[in-house]
Amino acid sequence: MNLNQLIFGKKAIITKVNGQLLSLKLYEMGMLPGELVELSNVAPFGDPIAINLSESKVCLRMQDAKCIEIKLVD
Amino acid sequence: MEQKEITVALVGNPNCGKTSLFNALTGLNHKVSNFPGTTVEKKTGSFKLSSSKTAHIIDLPGTYSLYPKSADELITYDILRNKSENYYPDLVIFIADASNLKRNLLLFTQVADLEVPVILVLNMLDVAERRGIKYDIEKLKEKLKVPIICINARKKDGIEKIKAILLDEKARVTAQFFSLEKVNSELLDEIAIINDKRNKYSALQYSINASNLLTEKAIKLNEIFKKYEFDIIGFQEDEVLTRYQIIDDAVKHARIKNITQLKASITAKVDKILTHRYYGIAIFLVLLLMVFQAMFSWSEYPKEWIEYGLKVFTDYIQNTLPLGVLNDLIVHGILAGLTGVLVFLPQIILLFLFIAILEDVGYMARVGFIMDRIMRPFGMNGKSIVPLIGGMACAVPSIMASRSIENKKERLITILVTPLMSCSARLPVYTLLISMLLKDTAKWGPFNVHGLILMLMYLIGFFAAIMSAWMFKFFIKQKEKTFFILELPGYKVPLISNLLITIYEKGSAFVFGAGKIIIAVSVILWVLASTGPQSNIQNIETKYTAIINNDTTTETVKKELSLQMNSQKLEASYAGEFGKLIEPIIRPLGFDWKIGIALLTSMAAREVFVGTMNTIYSVNNDGDNSFGHIKTKMMAEINPRTGKPSYNTATFLSLLIFYAFALQCMSTVAIVKKETDSIKWPIIQFIYLTALAYGSSFLVYNLFN
Repeated sequence: MNLNQLIFGKKAIITKVNGQLLSLKLYEMGMLPGELVELSNVAPFGDPIAINLSESKVCLRMQDAKCIEIKLVD
Repeated sequence: MEQKEITVALVGNPNCGKTSLFNALTGLNHKVSNFPGTTVEKKTGSFKLSSSKTAHIIDLPGTYSLYPKSADELITYDILRNKSENYYPDLVIFIADASNLKRNLLLFTQVADLEVPVILVLNMLDVAERRGIKYDIEKLKEKLKVPIICINARKKDGIEKIKAILLDEKARVTAQFFSLEKVNSELLDEIAIINDKRNKYSALQYSINASNLLTEKAIKLNEIFKKYEFDIIGFQEDEVLTRYQIIDDAVKHARIKNITQLKASITAKVDKILTHRYYGIAIFLVLLLMVFQAMFSWSEYPKEWIEYGLKVFTDYIQNTLPLGVLNDLIVHGILAGLTGVLVFLPQIILLFLFIAILEDVGYMARVGFIMDRIMRPFGMNGKSIVPLIGGMACAVPSIMASRSIENKKERLITILVTPLMSCSARLPVYTLLISMLLKDTAKWGPFNVHGLILMLMYLIGFFAAIMSAWMFKFFIKQKEKTFFILELPGYKVPLISNLLITIYEKGSAFVFGAGKIIIAVSVILWVLASTGPQSNIQNIETKYTAIINNDTTTETVKKELSLQMNSQKLEASYAGEFGKLIEPIIRPLGFDWKIGIALLTSMAAREVFVGTMNTIYSVNNDGDNSFGHIKTKMMAEINPRTGKPSYNTATFLSLLIFYAFALQCMSTVAIVKKETDSIKWPIIQFIYLTALAYGSSFLVYNLFN
């Protein structure tokens, strides 16, 4: 499952980040494997999305969210 | 010997309270200037540490890592990397947001590995505590090995502790976190020869950053990387993840309470409304409308006070100074020009204030979030919205703000279209022209019609900006991956002191920056408008004085005639001749030679238009420089060719549109040249915008005439 498929109210853990330059930027913003994520907001027209991390909120586009693999947790 | 002065650099992530700390340390004792040879804004200040010791502090742009992805991050990196750099600090104050410690410490460990002494300052511990996070500072110190100070930058708590530790030379220690053991040592040696021999991490890091450039050095570096099969991005990823492991270890060691149950914070609740899928954009537009309404109505009284004050001052000067050239120059040249512009200070300050509030509250990032999808088809990015909105205040800092856009094409497009956003320098022009179109008190429902038309002008500018961006998208070729990754910081109540300092900075930049140009232009203009080819001027004078001095002429006719004489003298002056020279070019737009002069002087800065009109009309009148006066004069102007009023609705509309689009701002041209590092783009931009302005004005004039 990828981050773009995450729905409101579910929590997930990032398992892998694909895409070379993108992954570096995401790591620096605190989106790295092992982090707990949650969908926070969806912008008008359904893109981009804002993601709650444990300590911050970061927004990214759907196409980039597709590069982030996640695993749902209950 | 003890140092008398020390240089301190303030480093940290964006939104960590860096500006608040800088303001708390320096107060108003700071200045904003540029790094030599660049347009990079440099904020420096100083404060006393003891009776004999002063600290100079430099505020570096917020960044997330030392691998800069955008132009503003590059500055921070450049200064910390280069020991021979003028601003290389004796030590770094690293400020970190304790409520987001892990990510903040990433940059901290990178900075520390450059072997510069660091002091870690933890801010926003109260926010962290509200989220159930608390740290044992002693334990954190064990792991991070540098002095740690806890502060509350907003409440100015802990500032004295920072000053105390800056005095303590023993506290200047370096720490090391990341080891390069996995990297081939021969590679490191070879790179060290080319770059920094002192610190291997710094040398490698610099080589990685420099390898993206097109310099000879970069080619050489890339050859070395290739020889050792060094995977650049793989290494960076590995570095970042390794650092996170080290940080995780330290943070877990020091954390007292763990996150219990995440409650929906205020930020989350507010975001549900402000970034709402359906009405988020509507809220944004309503907010903008309110800003413009307030800007227009709140500035009324201060504007009148300034106008009154300047009138009293002008009268005083006129009556005290002996009559003659100097009196004339000061009253009709300088003061006339200044009055025209200073009365707009309240509006400009209000606009800067509102933008600063939106920024400080954290709303600006949300606007980027909700607008990204809309901006994308136009070749821009959600981050472009910050320069575009900022462009309503001033294009120059806004074009600099475009540095945060990582993608070069999106950044270039943003730079090219930002001047189309109506800036504060157009406000005086708009206000003058709108007031000639409509009565001041006109209302439409609860709204002031002036405010509405003003908003319309801003919308026209915005529309022209995005349409131009869409067009540029097809002309600028570039295939670089674009992404939009932006932090949405928690909402904060803006600090009044920060806002006041911002207004003070912007206001004084306007008064002293624009003021200088305006005085210079006014003086030149006054000289050109009051002198001319001797014979012509004399002919007019002889012609009129004969009649005026005739005893049979009544007083009213005398007055009338002397005004006529002055008007003809102006026409015969150098300025008049010059205006006449360009009149054929601008006549299709409905402009006469007087407006022509104003258009030319506006090239220095748009607001000079009002000052110029004021000076032109003041050269031949009684020294009344007030705003209402120039309005009356312009309305009463008669075109000698047709015998009808020179300026009608079509002229004013045409002028409005011309000012909305034309790039009449030398500072913008200069900054675009610097920011794009080329002459090509400012030239293209200038030609494009001039053509757009001319074409639209032509259309508008002919539609309404």
